[in-house]
Amino acid sequence: MSEQIGLFDGDIAARLPEPFLRWFAERGWAPRPHQIELLARARGGASVLLIAPTGAGKTLAGFLPSLTGLAARAPRKPGAAFRGVHTLYISPLKALAVDIERNLGKPVAEMGLPIAIETRTGDTPTHKRQRQKHVPPDILLTTPEQLALLIASADAERFFAGLRYVVFDELHSLVVSKRGHLLSLGLARLRRLAPDLQTIGLSATVADPDALGRWLVPQQPPGRMADRIAVEGGAKPEITILASDERVPWAGHSARYAVPDLYQAIRGHNTTLLFVNTRSQAEILFQELWRVNEDGLPIALHHGSLDVGQRRKVEKAMADNALRAIVATSTLDLGIDWGDVDLVVHVGAPKGASRLAQRIGRSNHRMDEPSRAILVPANRFEVMECRAALEANYLGAQDTPPLLDGTLDVLAQHVLGAACATPFSADALFDEIRTAAPYAALDRATFDKVVDFVATGGYALRSYERYARIRRTKDGLWRISHPRVAQQYRLNVGTIIEAPMLNVRYVRAGRGTASRGGPVLGKVEEYFLETLSPGDTFMFSGKVLRFEGIRENEAYVSNAAGNDAMVPSYAGGKFPLSSYLADQVRGIVADPARWQALPSQVADWLRLQRDKSVLPKRSDLLVETFPRGDRHYMIVYPFEGRLAHQTLGMLLTRRLERARAQPLGFVASEYALAIWGLRDMGGMIGSGRLPLANLFDEDMLGDDLEAWLAESWLLKRTFRACAVIAGLIEKRYPGQEKSGRQVTVSADLIYDVLRAHEPDHILLRATRADAAAGLLDIHRLGEMLSRIRGRIVHKHLDRVSPLAVPVMLEIGREPVAGEASDVLLSEAAGDLIEDAMGPT
Amino acid sequence: MNLAARPQDATLLADLNGEAALLDHRGALFLPDHRLLVVSDLHLEKGSALARRGALLPPYDSAATLSRLATVVEEYRPEIVVSLGDSFHDGWGAERMPDPFRAQLLALIDGRDWFWIAGNHDPEPPAGLPGSTVREVAVGQLVFRHEPTRGDAAGEVAGHLHPGARIVRRGRSVRRRCFATDGRRLVMPAFGAFTGMLNLRERVLWDLFEPARLRAHMLGTDRVYPIAGAVLRPG
Repeated sequence: MSEQIGLFDGDIAARLPEPFLRWFAERGWAPRPHQIELLARARGGASVLLIAPTGAGKTLAGFLPSLTGLAARAPRKPGAAFRGVHTLYISPLKALAVDIERNLGKPVAEMGLPIAIETRTGDTPTHKRQRQKHVPPDILLTTPEQLALLIASADAERFFAGLRYVVFDELHSLVVSKRGHLLSLGLARLRRLAPDLQTIGLSATVADPDALGRWLVPQQPPGRMADRIAVEGGAKPEITILASDERVPWAGHSARYAVPDLYQAIRGHNTTLLFVNTRSQAEILFQELWRVNEDGLPIALHHGSLDVGQRRKVEKAMADNALRAIVATSTLDLGIDWGDVDLVVHVGAPKGASRLAQRIGRSNHRMDEPSRAILVPANRFEVMECRAALEANYLGAQDTPPLLDGTLDVLAQHVLGAACATPFSADALFDEIRTAAPYAALDRATFDKVVDFVATGGYALRSYERYARIRRTKDGLWRISHPRVAQQYRLNVGTIIEAPMLNVRYVRAGRGTASRGGPVLGKVEEYFLETLSPGDTFMFSGKVLRFEGIRENEAYVSNAAGNDAMVPSYAGGKFPLSSYLADQVRGIVADPARWQALPSQVADWLRLQRDKSVLPKRSDLLVETFPRGDRHYMIVYPFEGRLAHQTLGMLLTRRLERARAQPLGFVASEYALAIWGLRDMGGMIGSGRLPLANLFDEDMLGDDLEAWLAESWLLKRTFRACAVIAGLIEKRYPGQEKSGRQVTVSADLIYDVLRAHEPDHILLRATRADAAAGLLDIHRLGEMLSRIRGRIVHKHLDRVSPLAVPVMLEIGREPVAGEASDVLLSEAAGDLIEDAMGPT
Repeated sequence: MNLAARPQDATLLADLNGEAALLDHRGALFLPDHRLLVVSDLHLEKGSALARRGALLPPYDSAATLSRLATVVEEYRPEIVVSLGDSFHDGWGAERMPDPFRAQLLALIDGRDWFWIAGNHDPEPPAGLPGSTVREVAVGQLVFRHEPTRGDAAGEVAGHLHPGARIVRRGRSVRRRCFATDGRRLVMPAFGAFTGMLNLRERVLWDLFEPARLRAHMLGTDRVYPIAGAVLRPG
């Protein structure tokens, strides 16, 4: 293993079988106490959650029970049947499974253990998969999607009958998504196939370890938990906030001001990892660094949209220590251990304190030496956010997202998978599903609705009985009605629904789409490319590119002259400010004693705000109003993240409309919300015609929300994902679309028809729940509204306040979130009239 | 011409090969001089057609299509209705149609001259429904048929191709169904609730028209927006 082993401890180590002791002894190593403790508990029959920082030897710990168990097992007699899989290892990333195969294979070979270790991922060739079905390896390393496929096959029972351990790596990141819901259902099924199996969860530090403990064991009785072993963090990381002589900008996200300082930091270290929050930020930073790269240092770019080949090249160069710096987004986030990184730079605010901890863990993968990191705030609010994140990291505070209840679209997918494996009894499947922690509270009526949905679509108009995908036969068991159903299931398994992407292909300039294509540079979201006209430029793959046109599922681009480009405004990779950090930032704003930790220009800015307007107390909501130009502005400072602010903006403008305040638009930032309109909202508040308590009443989450949601494109987008996961519509593959548009039915049309005719359909229920938790952040908005009840502070000003400047600068820069595409049509039609009038 | 019958937000197209025509934002065409209403590509029972093949889409597309059709019929009170082909998604659609929807359709047909133009999806007359099934209908200066003919076809009103148009304004892309016309011929948008669209910039559509005079009348929420052909984007 690449991980370092601690001091020798003969007492504990004596519990290990001989080959292990010899292996450790030959290297002068000894197992760590938590590794031995985990082994002891697993031998006692317990499932175990191991919480440890990066570099603590988690992986070896997780596999010790399997390795020692397998080493002690009698060899298979010639001619005897092959034994099934002994240990299943599940990781969120394919690359991680491959990594583990390498790292685990080495000690196993050195100890001479007769243990077969293999991976099975989407990249595994068919013949190898076939062979694995007949001759399963002892340890199978795989992903949640592959597990879903394995348990939905007819031979799952035989394959998993001898299963002893399931090891979940990076459990904290697996469980917080729909992927985790599907995985929890898979685990419930595995427990039925192999009742003696034990689980081992490996996790970074999380806010609520009990939730992970429950996730690992059957919830019968509810609340049961796995044993927990926690390893304290090693050396405290050395984190600093970049102290630049340059002026920190009011707003924006590019951190251009810091580039010369960053370049010096890169020069001063062996290998630097620079993390940013979005792909477009990555592109900009990469360009800017090369602009000042006088020494021609090898600096590379890595993000999820780039071509796989190119990413692998960068990863390899990284592992070979051939790079001095790499600019990356979250694709590099999870615990893969590459090269000799001695500095982590985080550009932009880290958004969540635990994300920061994870990213800093990247630097210096040795637990006993401190990690080094520099935070680079891109604007003044981010200075405070970085400060809060920094304090959180030292304090050990954690703000990983809470585990949510299992979603119904995922449940539908699992029910169909269960029928593909073997006929099921609804009673037994319901009981099995309720042992999975995310579905422990599932009620029978909802479950039956989901089964009905899987069978016939679950519509009140019962016209599809004869087309049922699964049917209940005389023996009371549900079975698939046709083998085709299982084929369809296999093509659509999984919960990762990506926005449609187009390949970006390189061609010679000026030849348009008639040109023959060069290499593919990567993929970009279709909706972004749709807004480009031939000749527009954008930044991608570290280059400034000229858009030539779209042909089938490819966007053709060429080299652009010059360095200025319109930047891809990817939606991907934006994370909202976490509740914990938001509270900390409010705390900093409210407490002048804490300002001395801030750069003086930021502290001066807050002082100015105190003098010109007012600083809100930590749990207050400040509302400022002022005129500017021919408009009146209302600025609200909830500090709850852009998603929640956008939802709030939509709802407040509806209410202001009704109050005849004539709102015209709004823009939301991570920290504040600005609304502008034609009437003096400050005057209306002052005279009591617009009571703030009413404006911000929690009841806005009732009817107003419903009315807005019904028409919102946000809900349509969410519906599409739910419908694909639930198996109502098929996944879209590139290239299918063009010919398919007339033939298939778009999710938007289905949504409109379903909402009009059966608004309480199970899939719409799932969609609303999803949107509330995801794109709309309604939960967070609700908490905020209840927190600020009776604590709204209004300040009417005659001009813009210092605190309002950043969000005011966003106006015009951010596209105004909008539903009114008719307005755009109207403008385009207006052009026609001008055209028709002819030049004068 | 009876202007009183004209709902406010429809666009008046003064001249379609010499006939006055109203383009309605719900995707119907009305000829006031003949009290004739045209809808195209209803694709009724598309949901159940796909359900037969395993995609259990909501079985309400016929209901949605018919209630929109009922609204339009009620507003214009036509004496003649032409359904311009592909009225049903397949040859068994009329048989599969659930009773309440069938009753709704029968009520619309009742008391009117109703023409089913034969389409490629439904070449035979719909089972058990009144009305005449024909290959084409000629009225005044216009002729109504399902598939547009190649070359010059002055006065032809056709469907089949499901035209849609896309514009980009202020960094946002808007895609809508549309009437496509150059003043001489017209291709109708698909009326059915589950029908998709084909971009007007695709050659099979684009080549039908005289480019300089081509307009996409894009269907908005409550009116039709005429957009010059030169503004339209592919995709």
